Amino acid sequence: MDGSVHEGAGAQLTTVPTDRRAAREAARRQRARRGAAISIASTIVVLGGLALLITQSKGWPSVKETFFSWDAFKTSFPDILRGFWLDVKLFVSVEIVVLVFGLVVALCRTTRAAALYPVRMLAAVYTDVMRGVPTILLVYLVGFGIPALELPWLPSDPIVLGGIALALSYSAYVAEVYRAGIDSIHPSQQSAALALGLTSAQSMRHVVLPQAVRRVAPPLLNDFISLQKDVALVSILGPLEAFRVAQIFASENFNYTPLIAAALLYIAVTVPLARIVDRMQSRGQVGARGAVR
Amino acid sequence: MLLRPLFVVLALSLSLVVAACGSSDSSSSTQATTAASCSKADLQTVSSGKLTVGTDKPAYPPYFEDDKPTSGKGFESAVTYAIAQKLGFTKDEVKWIVVPFNSSYAPGPKKFDFDINQISISPARAKAVGFSAPYYNAPQAVLALKGTPAASATSLAELKDAKIGVQIGTTSLSDVQNIIKPSQQPQVFNDSNDTVRALKNKSVDAIVVDAPTAIYLRDFEVKDSVVVGKFAGTGTPWGLVTAKNSTLVRCVNQAIDKLRASGELATITNTWMGPYTKAPALS
Repeated sequence: MDGSVHEGAGAQLTTVPTDRRAAREAARRQRARRGAAISIASTIVVLGGLALLITQSKGWPSVKETFFSWDAFKTSFPDILRGFWLDVKLFVSVEIVVLVFGLVVALCRTTRAAALYPVRMLAAVYTDVMRGVPTILLVYLVGFGIPALELPWLPSDPIVLGGIALALSYSAYVAEVYRAGIDSIHPSQQSAALALGLTSAQSMRHVVLPQAVRRVAPPLLNDFISLQKDVALVSILGPLEAFRVAQIFASENFNYTPLIAAALLYIAVTVPLARIVDRMQSRGQVGARGAVR
Repeated sequence: MLLRPLFVVLALSLSLVVAACGSSDSSSSTQATTAASCSKADLQTVSSGKLTVGTDKPAYPPYFEDDKPTSGKGFESAVTYAIAQKLGFTKDEVKWIVVPFNSSYAPGPKKFDFDINQISISPARAKAVGFSAPYYNAPQAVLALKGTPAASATSLAELKDAKIGVQIGTTSLSDVQNIIKPSQQPQVFNDSNDTVRALKNKSVDAIVVDAPTAIYLRDFEVKDSVVVGKFAGTGTPWGLVTAKNSTLVRCVNQAIDKLRASGELATITNTWMGPYTKAPALS
């Protein structure tokens, strides 16, 4: 701004602020360069130091052989990948169930009618109990408990049972996320909808929920990243999913490398999901405003 | 800061491993010269004057009784005390610790002098740990509930379509895949309890475990079950697991050889495993 003001006044007048500005910019550039140099140097020192510390440790050769053996990686990877496909299928189907069932539980908990008190109470007990029990325990109890009843119409497939356990657990978390979203929508929205002649169910469906769900999309995705990893818990029931296949290789050859291979596969899915959440969160403000508009 | 004491521990206990990194040949020859004597005073054990032995918990029959390795009852408990005696340790000097199977082969210093847990010896595994000479050979056997198609099978081919459960970390799984070649993937459970539970729940038609375990389960644990048969062959040899290049292996092997030569090992085997070996062969 000040440069353009002086521009018309003559060459001599413009040089002084331009010099000052050039000096300021040069200083800024220098500071930026120095900052970049320092961050590069400190990164090299920290990472290099860590790498040196680890690779120079006495136990490193045996750790390298037991955890990072290329041979073990190569031989186990195709089978682990096949196992991972089972994880992906399980994850997607459980996710769909959780999205629907979690919403049902959340809606039960947000009812107001006095007659619906038992529904509210059951929903509250459900979320408390399911969030209170460690997921692995739930998988175990469902997986070994339900078949023990010997009722022919109940599922006996370990993958289905494991999926049920995960869905029970995650629906409770997701219900609470939905509820937080519903509660975050200002009551005036509901009042306005009712004033326009919508029934309370209609106002929930067409006014509150669309805004609530949009608002809680990032925490919902966060729960799904968590679910994506927790499908590995189903391994205790016996199906050959990625973690179990890796464990089999590990115990067969006394080498933990296959577990690293399995970890890489889980990371390959969770990291992109995490980036999506980050982006949604950084746009969160815009999205929320857009929803109200 | 925390790493410094860790390094000291590593340096002390992993000196052998490091020596082995340069050349495994030279380290084994130095062992031979430095540890010529197998007298108790010369043995380098984890805690001096004691023999620290690891096994998993729960410890199952017929290898241990009542989940008490210290009782001397059960095949592996008896074998351990016999070896300990040959090495010069009294019963009180044998200290048992719990070593989950999955951590028995972790790199780094071992907390036990040897681990006895029905562990099969294989060349791939020997890259990570030390093995003693075998003290037992166990064939695998198929256990099924009476009245199921798997229970009446008389050949391997008839087991092909059965839903089979095995325990992770056992050689049963590779036997199932290589010998039975089932049409559907076997289910692999964390431990013996879960495997047996799956059979009782009828989540699987049959389970494959080592023959003595199968016969024990049939007699005491799983009502209405039958041992369909054991796989042909002598089975896989079981060995004690030690740290890789442990100086103790040579002395333990000497003890096992002596026990075998004197017939003591055969007596122990007959006493504890005798009732659990008879099963029809499957082919």
